[in-house]
Formats: sequence, structure tokens, C-alpha cells
Amino acid sequence: MTAIAEHEHPPQSENNASGKRKSTFRTLLRLYPYAKPAMPRIYLGMLAALLAGLVALAIPQVLQWLVDGALSDGDSSEIWPAVLIVLGLGVLEAIMIALRRWFVLTPGTHIEARLRNGLYAQLQDLPVTFHDRWPSGQLLSRAVSDLNLIRRWVSFGLVLLVVNFLTIVIGFVILIAMNWFLGLIFLVCSIPIWIYGYVFEEKYSIIARRSQDQSGDLATAVEESVHGIRVLKAFGRGKYALKNFETQAESLRGTEIEKARAIAGIWLWLLLVPDVAFALCLMAGVWLAAQGQLTVGELVAFFATATVLRFPVESIGFLLSMTFDTRTATDRFFDILDTPNAITDPESPKTLTQPRGRLAFNHVHFRYHDSPERFPDLLDGVDLMLEPGETMALVGLTGSGKSTLTALTTRLYDVTSGSVTIDGIDVRDLTREELRGHLAMAFEDATLFSASVRDNVLLGCPEFAERSPESDAALDEALQIAQAGFVYDLPEGVDTKVGEEGMSLSGGQRQRLALARAVAAKPAVLVLDDPLSALDVDTEALVEAALRKVLSSTTALIVAHRPSTVMLADRVALLENGRVTAVGRHSELLNTNKHYTFVISSLEDEVRRESMRKEETL
Amino acid sequence: MSVTGVEGEERNDFTKAESAQIRKRSLRLLGSLLQPVRWQVALAMLVVVVSTAAQVAGPALIAIGIDRGLPALLSQDWVPLVATGVIYLVTGVIGAVLIAWYTVLSARISQAVLIDLRKRVFLHTQKLSLEFHESYTSGRIISRQTSDLDAIRELLDSGINQLVQGVLYMVFIAGALFLVDWTSGLVLFASLVPLFFLTRWFQKRSQTLFRQSRVASARLIVQFVETMTGIRAVKAFRKEKRNEKEFGGLVEDYRDVNAKVIQLFGIFDPGLILIGNVTVAAVLLVGGFRVVDGQLAIGALLAAILYARRFFDPMEEMAMFYNSYQSAAAALEKISGVLEERPSVPDPLKPVDLWEARGDVDFQNVQFAYKTDRVILPHFDLAIPAGQTIALVGSTGAGKSTLAKLISRFYDPSDGRVLLDDIDLRDLHPKDLRRAIVMVTQEAYLFSGSVADNIAIGKPEAGFDEITAAAKAVGAHEFIEALPNGYDTDVNKRGGRVSAGQRQLISFARAFLANPAVLILDEATSSLDIPSERLVQEGLQTLLADRTAVIIAHRLSTVAIADRVLVMEHGIIVEDGTPEALIAGTGRFAQLHAAWRDSLV
Repeated sequence: MTAIAEHEHPPQSENNASGKRKSTFRTLLRLYPYAKPAMPRIYLGMLAALLAGLVALAIPQVLQWLVDGALSDGDSSEIWPAVLIVLGLGVLEAIMIALRRWFVLTPGTHIEARLRNGLYAQLQDLPVTFHDRWPSGQLLSRAVSDLNLIRRWVSFGLVLLVVNFLTIVIGFVILIAMNWFLGLIFLVCSIPIWIYGYVFEEKYSIIARRSQDQSGDLATAVEESVHGIRVLKAFGRGKYALKNFETQAESLRGTEIEKARAIAGIWLWLLLVPDVAFALCLMAGVWLAAQGQLTVGELVAFFATATVLRFPVESIGFLLSMTFDTRTATDRFFDILDTPNAITDPESPKTLTQPRGRLAFNHVHFRYHDSPERFPDLLDGVDLMLEPGETMALVGLTGSGKSTLTALTTRLYDVTSGSVTIDGIDVRDLTREELRGHLAMAFEDATLFSASVRDNVLLGCPEFAERSPESDAALDEALQIAQAGFVYDLPEGVDTKVGEEGMSLSGGQRQRLALARAVAAKPAVLVLDDPLSALDVDTEALVEAALRKVLSSTTALIVAHRPSTVMLADRVALLENGRVTAVGRHSELLNTNKHYTFVISSLEDEVRRESMRKEETL
Repeated sequence: MSVTGVEGEERNDFTKAESAQIRKRSLRLLGSLLQPVRWQVALAMLVVVVSTAAQVAGPALIAIGIDRGLPALLSQDWVPLVATGVIYLVTGVIGAVLIAWYTVLSARISQAVLIDLRKRVFLHTQKLSLEFHESYTSGRIISRQTSDLDAIRELLDSGINQLVQGVLYMVFIAGALFLVDWTSGLVLFASLVPLFFLTRWFQKRSQTLFRQSRVASARLIVQFVETMTGIRAVKAFRKEKRNEKEFGGLVEDYRDVNAKVIQLFGIFDPGLILIGNVTVAAVLLVGGFRVVDGQLAIGALLAAILYARRFFDPMEEMAMFYNSYQSAAAALEKISGVLEERPSVPDPLKPVDLWEARGDVDFQNVQFAYKTDRVILPHFDLAIPAGQTIALVGSTGAGKSTLAKLISRFYDPSDGRVLLDDIDLRDLHPKDLRRAIVMVTQEAYLFSGSVADNIAIGKPEAGFDEITAAAKAVGAHEFIEALPNGYDTDVNKRGGRVSAGQRQLISFARAFLANPAVLILDEATSSLDIPSERLVQEGLQTLLADRTAVIIAHRLSTVAIADRVLVMEHGIIVEDGTPEALIAGTGRFAQLHAAWRDSLV
């Protein structure tokens, strides 16, 4: 069993799918627009860091002067000035480092915030089809850890990478100027680092991405094991879930160890090279000094300078790996940002000032873009007209496209061809904001947000964001219609927090709150996708009675499975093979349409007939 | 107040005793995690000690090279210089190779610990009762296993390494400095005083900030996940703008506290550099006069300066350790709390096997109450003979689901016992229990994977024929065939498009495939369309013929296939009889039935 199978990755964005891997530099350059306002401060930060590096390199020069002067002459009068200069340079270095940090502080955090808000806005804007494909865990890792990494890289990694590289170059120039032979030894010895650094990039960035993806998968496995706990328990399949989880955790472990090996490899060179260079320079330097080609002071300065260079040289390793990690994070960020949004606002939107609520479907076709060609369109030319104030029930078999049809009205999906209009205006010609103001939906799987009952119910009425007698009245009315009076008995009444972070409510309770939410929005068009499925018979009857009042004045499209729900409607539309094949009153259709009878006239009828027969025989 | 298990997780006003209790629990967990890898840890320690010593030897060797090698070479004696150079090379190679080895070793250790902890938490949460899951909420269980484990991973990956390497490095450098020139060693010693105060100041300030940062990031995550999982409602109710504002506020809070953390480092880090540079100047001052006096060799002075400069190198990274340590400690506290939770539905110590269950279910003097003493089901007796089909009727909150959950042992009774074929469910081997009793609930959860995989959960060893047969029996075959890849269609990829009714059919097929002696259906047909329900009902007639069944349904149509109806009110069974007898009576069921009949047209 592979119930919790390894999860297939969401499709990559276009430029990645084409197989051409952009260079690290090109990828990171895409961050530039976000960093642009902050660039002056970043440059200043680099300057401060470079000055700090130069100051550090200057200290050995003072040592040389001191060793060759005072210390070899035995003249102690020069010691104090030299020490004071060293002290002054030391203080200057600290100040420069403080400045560097101060300069890059604001840019880094602001870029991170900008990226995060941008990602969130884009994700909210992307259509539902996108979210169907991408598990929230994959999105979360992008929004949190990836952006953290980018921030650290911009304010720390990038600055140090540039500055340390410059420091190394300047340091080498100084070393060669001091003594070309020793400097050359040092330079030649560091060649393996550059070669290995290149190999490392290739290796590491692949492993890094795999590790990020695998931990995303592992998180998905965890989420499923928790959300599906009832199924796993009911069938006693905890062990199988564990086995799957273990397999994934093991592959993550393998990747992490591989990653450690790659890091160990670069560490090896980063530590080995300076030490080999130091050892060779020590022998050569002392020999040169013995030859009189080098003073002891120069020898001391050489080693002091080389020591200053150790940290920049060593840091190149982790700065590179950080850069490659950031490149991966950037790729993942733009995976989302580059996803084209097919459902957008029109360029010159129309407005609908006094919506009457005439909802019409005109030759509506719809197919999911990934459904195989051999399949006909899910909606294959739907024509349907709801007059203002009319309540229409939508009836059809499971999978006949009822939910999809309702989702088209509020542009959760867009039609493949044809149009959906409100009062004659194509829904695609309105801004989504306006459209969704005229039209409210309740879904079968009711989503509640981590907020008070009140905020959840009044979600569709921004005008009631503040507490007022009017908003209280609207709230009470909506709750009353949805028979959600139970909320008054919650610990803090309508202010009780519900949702993932709050009180857990039963399916029926959540459904009633979602219904109250749709009702409270007082829309011109109300779309209810099987909103009563989780209610018990008594409550359902009460809700229906209360809904009748609302529906008398509102255009409504209701997906219905039960005759009792159908009874709320003025007319019924039957969805069959992607078309509306019949529209009429329930009793009419029951008598004239065979498919309708098949779909709606329940075994309840049969059972009732049977039970009546039994009663008669009694 | 108790702090056992997850209680008190949200509190931050612990008494000393409580904090100690929690710390002890974390340490115990940590100890048990390290126990299996203790020899690897010992090896890693040995490797890192040797490698650090080799790394630190450098400046001393330079001093020897200058102070001994140079004079010797002037008298044509190459031996001291070459010896020093070769030793330098050897220590360099040893140091680098060992550090590389240590990097891999420590990754192996931390990964072993992590995978152990991951498995433990995963297994344990699977074992914990439904009651726990319901009250603790899925979000928190998931963060225990994701973000909290990440915090621990961070500590193990980099934190511990930095600490161990850093401390050893500083100790060895101080030691080497004392060997080369103990006066300079004293200067270094003196520098520890400002270092101590700087670090203490940093720790105090950072402690609060790091905590604030964690809180801010947790808020951010909650808002993010909720938006993404509820995206339909977000869009339908135009919550985007408000969300952006809320999220923007959270992002700003997080940014603000992060900026403060970075600012703190912006003082700490230059402070360290300053102390280091002042120490170098002091070493130079103290050493310089003695070189002039001939008490100190020049090479030794150079070594002293190099050591003094390098001494402070690891400090900044070590300060970071405190950050990762804090979040890991907090994470470990919470994880150990979850692990401390005893499953309220524990596996039996001496499980009784039951190969072929008949399906007799017997409640003997059973009472059920939540931990909070809220009694849901007062004491009652109920015998369900094998093969009987029971319909449970009553309004929401009457206790129908609780009764069902007692049979399927999602809950254990607070008093009395529930028997299957005269065996207490609590003694029954879990494997046999789950084979004998299966419950299908309203939320038909599908796991990622194919449709076939999801049905196979009912019987993992089932072949494809059995899977299709099960699907056919519940009337799911047709729609599954119509999916793009039939039974191989990935439900996750099309998750938004398998309708609620179709999900219920798949979960029905699952139960059908499992073929249990006792089947419990809790609102399992609520989202089905009528033809599907009719098919399911027809299937049920045959499916339930030779097994015990408990059906909870809002629709009274279900009652038709029941042998017996139980009407529940406020946790009490108020009516019990055959459907015919109850309908003919004047009780609650007769009223319900009449109302339902009127509702049909």
C-alpha cells in the first residue's frame, strides 16, 4: 500500500521546465528590483566592510615596522606609538564592522518583508486550480525559510562574498609586494580551492534543492497522517503510515548526509590549503631570511597578513554554499511569482451599480486543462437563466459538474468558452472585487478562519468590521436563519475564536456558520453548494424554513441532493452529460423526466411507499 | 496546576518546581535519544579534540620556525627548520582531514538522533487517542513534527558543532598561548572579563528577542496556512485585501523583531572585535618591551599576537548557539510533553487474539465522560447480537457518534466495558480489533496517491481485482473509470475535483474491501447523491446481511434496512425496538417518522 505515497512535485514554472538551468548569477539578479531601493545602503555596507578588511591588513605593516625598527634596535621608545597605532586601527576596524551592520540592517529585513508580502499577494491572487495542485506545505516553506535565507544572504552573504573576495585580492597583492616568491606559493596553493569551489557549486545546489523538496514531502506526510488520523485508526493502518513516513525520512537522512559529505569536502580544502601554504611559506620564508632577502619584520608581517586572510579564504566556502542555497530559494520563489494568472481583472472593468440579480449561463463550456483529450468537456454547452429573485435548484449526479458550474459564477474558475453574465454583464468584465461583492457562496466543506464567530460570519460585509448595533443585528439575523444559535452557548458567545486555532466545531456546526456567512453578505446572487449535507433532519427543516424568507428576495442557485432542498426552489435545473437538459418545477419534472426521477426521487419514496404498505397491512 | 503532558504548553508562568519538572522531562528525552549513538559521539569528540589541537598548533610552529629554525639555518643546520615545516604540514593535513571526517560524523549522529525522534513522535501521535487529537488540534500536532523538529535539527546541525568546535578552539588557543608565553596568556585571561560582561548582556537581551521572534513567526505561519487552505472562501468573500493588511502587519512585526535581533548582533559583533583588537594591542605592548629586553623571542611574540587575534574568532558563532539552543529547548519541551501524553486508548499489555470474530457487541454498565468530567453517556447496558443491523437516531449532540466511537475503540469508556465476542475491547489485539471492527466517518479523507491506493487502505494486500470488485459493489467503479487515469488517478493532483460524494464512495469501497465483522457507518452517506445512495443501500443489504452493523444517519431512509432502531436523547437511549414497532407507537421516533414522511413529496 502506498497510501501516503511519495508526493509528486508540483509542476515547475515554464523556464525551469524547459530544462535550461539559468546561471546562479542570473537567477539572483532577479532579486535586484526588490533590493533596488536599498542598494545605496548595501554599497555603503560593502564599503565599510572593505575598509574594515583594509584596516585589518594594515595592522601587520605596523608590526613589520616595529619588529624591524625598535625591536631589532632595542629601542623601546617606538613601542608605545606602535601599540597606539595598532590600538587605533583595531578600534577603527570595530567601528567599520559596526557601520557595515548598521548599513545593511534595514535593507535586508525590508527586502524580506517585501518579498513575503509579494508572495502572499500573488498566492491569494492565483486561481483555485493552482492551489489544487500545490500543497500548502510546499508554499509555506517558500514563504518562511526560503525568504529568511534570502534576507540573510542579501544583508550578510552578498556583502561578505564581495568584500571578502576583494580583501583576498588586496591581501594577495600585499603578500606578493612583500615578497613575490612567498606570495606566489600562497597563490598557487589556493588554486585547488577555486577548482573545488566550482565543483562544489554543481554538487551542492542539486543536493540542496533535493533536501528542501524532501523535507517538504516529509511535512506533507506528517500533515496527512494527522488529518487522516481517523482513517488510519479505523483501519489500523498506523504501521503502514509509519513505514511510508520512515521511507521518506530515510531518504531525507540520506540526502542530508550527502550534503554533509559535500560540505566536508569543501572544508577539507579550505583548511588544508592555508595550512600547506603556511608550512611551505614558513620553510621558504625562513630560508629567504637566512639568505638576507627578507627581514624578520617582513617575515612576521607576512604571517600576520596571511592570518588575517585566513578567515576570508575559509568563509568563501560557506558563503558560496549560502549563495547556492539562496539561488535555490530564489528559484522556488519565482516558481510561484512566474506562474501566470489566468483569472485577472479586466483592463477596463464595467460596474454594476444596481444589481438586480439576473444570472445567466450562455453556452458555457468548461474543461480542466489537464483532462485527457478523449474526454468531452465537463460542461458542454450549459444554457441557463435565473430571473431576478428566482431560486433555482441544480440537480445532477455526483461528478456531473454542479460544483464546477457554481464556481464559475464567482470566477473561482473561468469558462473555457461561452459566458456567465449578471444582469447582462459578463462576470469577466467586472473586477473580481465587485463581482464577489454581488455574489456570495457557501461551500460544502465549510472553511472557518481563526477568528471570532462574529468575524467569520460577517466576513462578506466589510462595512460591519466595527461593532455596532447594525452589525449586531445583521449577525443575529444571519445566525438565526442558519439555525446557528449554538454559538451563543460557546464560552465567549459570538466572540469565541473558532477555526484551526480555536474551538473545534462539528461538521454540521461549521456548515451552519458558513451558511450564515453567505446569508449575512446580503448578496444579489446567493450560490449555495450543497450547504445542508451535514445537518440532521430537524435542523435541516428549520434552516430551510428560515431560508425561504431570504430566498424570496434573492436570486439563488442551490446545488441540491435531496428533495427537501429542492423544495426551496422555484425551479429546478437538471445537469446531465455537461448540459442542462431540463428546467422546470420539481413536480413537473418528477412526472415527465426519467433521468430526473432517477436522480432525485429517492429510495426515500420507495421506502415510504413500502412503509405505507406495511402500515396498511398492519 | 499540572504540567504533565501537553498541559501548560500555552502558559509561561511556571513555578520553579514546574519548570524543573519540564526541564527534567526534556533532558530525559535528550538522554534517551543520545543513548544509542553514545559511542559515535565519543568517537566524534575524540576526532574533534585531535583536529582542533592540530589546527591550533600553527602559530606555535611558526614561532619555533623563526626563533629556532632561523638561527640554526644561519649556521647551516637545516634540520630544525625542515622538521618544523614537516610537522606543520602533517598537523595541517591531520587537522583538515579530521575536521572533514568530523563534519560527516556529526551529520550522521544528528541525523540518527533526528530520525529516531521523528519516528518516535510520529508513532506516538498515531497511538494517541482521537480525543487527544481533537482537543490538541491538528495544527499543533503538525507543528510539533515540523517546525519544532526543524528547531532541533538546526541545533544539531550547526549549533552543537559550533559550540563544541568553538569551545575547544578557545581552550586550546588559550593553552597554546600560555605555553608560548604565559605573560601574554595572562593578558588574554584579563580580556575574558569584558568578554564575559558583553556576552552576558547579549544573552539577556537576545533571550527576550528570540522568544518574540518565534512568536511572531508562528503567527505568520498560522495566517499563511489558513489562507492557503481556505483559499476558496478567501476569494469568494473578498478577504484578500483584509488578509493582505493583516498579513502585512504580521510581516512587519516579524521584520521589526528580526531587525532588533540583528541590531543586537550589530553591537555584539563589533564589541567582540574591539575586545580582540585591544587584547592584541596589549599583547604587543607587554611583549614588545620584553623583546627589547631580550626576555621574549620575536617569533614567540608573533605567535602570541596570532593566537590573541584568533582566540575571539568562534565567539560570534557561539553566541548564535544560544539562539538555536533556546528554540530547540522550547521545541524539546513541547515534544517531550506530547511524548509524555499517555494514550487514553492504550494497546493491551497481554493482547487476546480473535481470529474469526462473530460480531457480538456488548456494552456492560458503560459510562463515558470527557476528562473534564462532562458526562456524555450516563451508565447504560446494550447488547447487539451478531448479524444485527442497528440504526442510531437522534439529534446532533445526542451521543450517537460517541457510542459509535466506543465500539470502534476510538474512545475507551470511563466506566464499565465494551465487549466483542465476550472479549473486552481493551484486551483485544489491535490488529484483530481493527480487522473485526471498521468505522467509516463523514469526513472521507483521501491520502495522496492513486484512487486504488486509497481503496487498498482497507486491505493492503488486496489485488487489483479485489479493489475493482469493492468499487463496483459500492457503485464507485463508474466514476473512477471516468477519471483521467482511472484507478491510477492521483487524488491529490485532482484533489479539488474528486467531489465530496465521490470521496465518500471511495471510503465506502475501502470499508467494503476490509470486510469486517462489525461495520459502523457514521454519517457515511451524507454527501452522496440519491442514485449513489440507492446503490450503496442496495449494496448494504447484501453487505450487512451476515455482519453486525451500526448506522448513524440523518436520513430516516436508512432505517429501512435496520433490524432495530435506537433513539438517543442527551446521551440516553430513549427508545429501542424494531422500526415497525416504533413507527406504530407514539414515541419520539414515530413523530420523527411522521415529520419525515410529510417532508417527502
